[in-house]
Amino acid sequence: MSYPGAVPTARSRAMVRETRHLLFTVTPGALWIFIFLVLPSAYLMGVAFMTNGPYGLPQMPLSLDSFERLAGVGFLGWSPGNLYTLLRSLWQTLVSTLLVVIIAYPVAYYITTCREKWRPILLLLVVVPSWTNQVIRAFGWMNLLAPGTPLSSLAESLGLVAPNMGLYPSNFAVTLGLIYNFLPFMVLPLYAAFEKLDTAQVQAAQDLYASPVRAFWHAVFPQTLPGLLAGTVLVAIPAFGMYVIPELLGGGKGMMLGNLVANQFAGSSNWPLGAAGAILMLIATFIGLFAMRRIGKRLGGGEEVVI
Amino acid sequence: MSETMTADIADHPDARPAADERDRSNHKASSIEMQGLHKRFGRDTVALDGVDLNIRAGEFFTLLGPSGCGKTTLLRILAGLEEPDAGSLVVGGKDITETPPHQRSVNTVFQSYALFPHLSVRENLAFGLKMRGMPAAKRHAKVDEIADFIKLGDLVDRHVDQLSGGQRQRIALARALICEPDVLLLDEPLSALDAGLRSQLQVELLRVQKRLGMTFVFVTHDQQEAMVMSDRIAVLNGGTIQQVGPPREVYERPVNAFVAHFMGHDNLYPISARQGDRLTTALGELTAEEAGDGELLLIRPETLDLLPGAVERPNHLTATVTERLYRGSHAEFRLAIGDTTLQATVNNRGRHLPEVGETVTVAVAPEDLVTLSE
Repeated sequence: MSYPGAVPTARSRAMVRETRHLLFTVTPGALWIFIFLVLPSAYLMGVAFMTNGPYGLPQMPLSLDSFERLAGVGFLGWSPGNLYTLLRSLWQTLVSTLLVVIIAYPVAYYITTCREKWRPILLLLVVVPSWTNQVIRAFGWMNLLAPGTPLSSLAESLGLVAPNMGLYPSNFAVTLGLIYNFLPFMVLPLYAAFEKLDTAQVQAAQDLYASPVRAFWHAVFPQTLPGLLAGTVLVAIPAFGMYVIPELLGGGKGMMLGNLVANQFAGSSNWPLGAAGAILMLIATFIGLFAMRRIGKRLGGGEEVVI
Repeated sequence: MSETMTADIADHPDARPAADERDRSNHKASSIEMQGLHKRFGRDTVALDGVDLNIRAGEFFTLLGPSGCGKTTLLRILAGLEEPDAGSLVVGGKDITETPPHQRSVNTVFQSYALFPHLSVRENLAFGLKMRGMPAAKRHAKVDEIADFIKLGDLVDRHVDQLSGGQRQRIALARALICEPDVLLLDEPLSALDAGLRSQLQVELLRVQKRLGMTFVFVTHDQQEAMVMSDRIAVLNGGTIQQVGPPREVYERPVNAFVAHFMGHDNLYPISARQGDRLTTALGELTAEEAGDGELLLIRPETLDLLPGAVERPNHLTATVTERLYRGSHAEFRLAIGDTTLQATVNNRGRHLPEVGETVTVAVAPEDLVTLSE
């Protein structure tokens, strides 16, 4: 026990040492987060509530102007342009994430069925494309999908696109680009889930009269759910805020929220509006994460699924 | 399949005669016939090399053997989780060699229990019934019934990860029993438990089997466990069956050296010469009641009597005590006869127990001597 004014005991010295140790280890990280996350976020938040100045720079007084403009209220009354951009972002995120899951699931499973010595190589093949710059890969897709290329000609001859329009630029090209870009982020967590799959559970399900399809749903799927949710977070959030792919592959009709925000800071210069857009993205992301947690908890039988 | 476990026995002419405690044995137990089962993994690993085996209806049958002997493969073939390369499997008069696992009325208690961690205990128990399309209300009643039968108490409302090993084991058993299968398969279900709990659950399992009269096929590598539990034991080695019989027969009359060693016998001596029932081994000359034509002589340690001093009589050997292990209820002796070692187990009746270095006479009864082949 230590009393006020008592001579430092071994125990109180240990506590001091521990506190110093804690300060030493935690401070750099806390500083980093404060300087590069908390401060900029606060600044962004502030900017969003300011008024647009002459050169697109924020100025006083505080107002809700930028949020009104984001909602589509302009000089000429209401226009749904921004709303469409938000919906397009959500739709693109949903579709591409779903397709990524559908593609990644069998791929991840297949890799776990391969011989152990082949698995790292196959995983490497999944990851290697992402070592190339995103912009370069987007340009690659532009060349593959542009009018006159074999793929575009095929689509035209099948009547899928209007003559001489090509597959690029289009929403389809953006979806394709997103899938291509984010596939590894789904394959890896799913692979980790499949690798530690308890096959005894699958056999128990079969033994208890579950057909192969039902054994999958009741014994395989729940076990891969944590990997699936982790992959969904890794894919959906960056896809929702994606800038490069819609910019290069989408054209004017393929704009997503990320482009809207970027344009306000660069091209049309309206910082408060850009900041408001960024906050909208943040809110949408939090809602998505919250929903995922709920889904994870329900499907996981009340178990905490860490996201 | 019977409608309910508690239906009147008289309604079922097929039921086995109801012993007093066989109050739930309206269940129609099934026999199992296996013929020429072969199974190979990869190019070189032979798991089963021609297994012919008949298991009677309502029998507690144990597949016993060391790891890699093929006992688990045989069980998995019964469950349908493995397909034999050759041979046939008939359960209850129906050939199910090609039937997929979910269409077999056979349930398994897995070694790892394989409970579904994302489901509650109740959902785990009801899983098989749900897959068979039983309505929810009926499932609920069935779960309560089995919980009562296995004495699960309030475990039913817990979550799987709140259960101890022994509790998981009982849930796994209940989950398999609730479907009232023709045959229940148990894959080393007690191997993960500590000794005390293990022997308690052995007795419980045995009682459950006797009460239900269901055919149990039990896999273990523990010969003690096999002897306690089984009506009959099949000893396997290298994918073939070495011996099939009731525990006493397998223990007291092993047919070959492998079975003898596996059942815990070490006193095996090559027979160098024989004259009728008089056998010569490194121990000396001994007379057996029925020598048979085996080339090895088996002397079970617990059949030996140790007398003080040296006595010259037929079937009496003079030995020196080289080691004594006092175990309370009995003592184990290691004896030297010339260069040969003999082990003896003597019950402690409070009489003199020979000391190390003492010369003793070992008395061997002719009827306890067994010969067997390599």
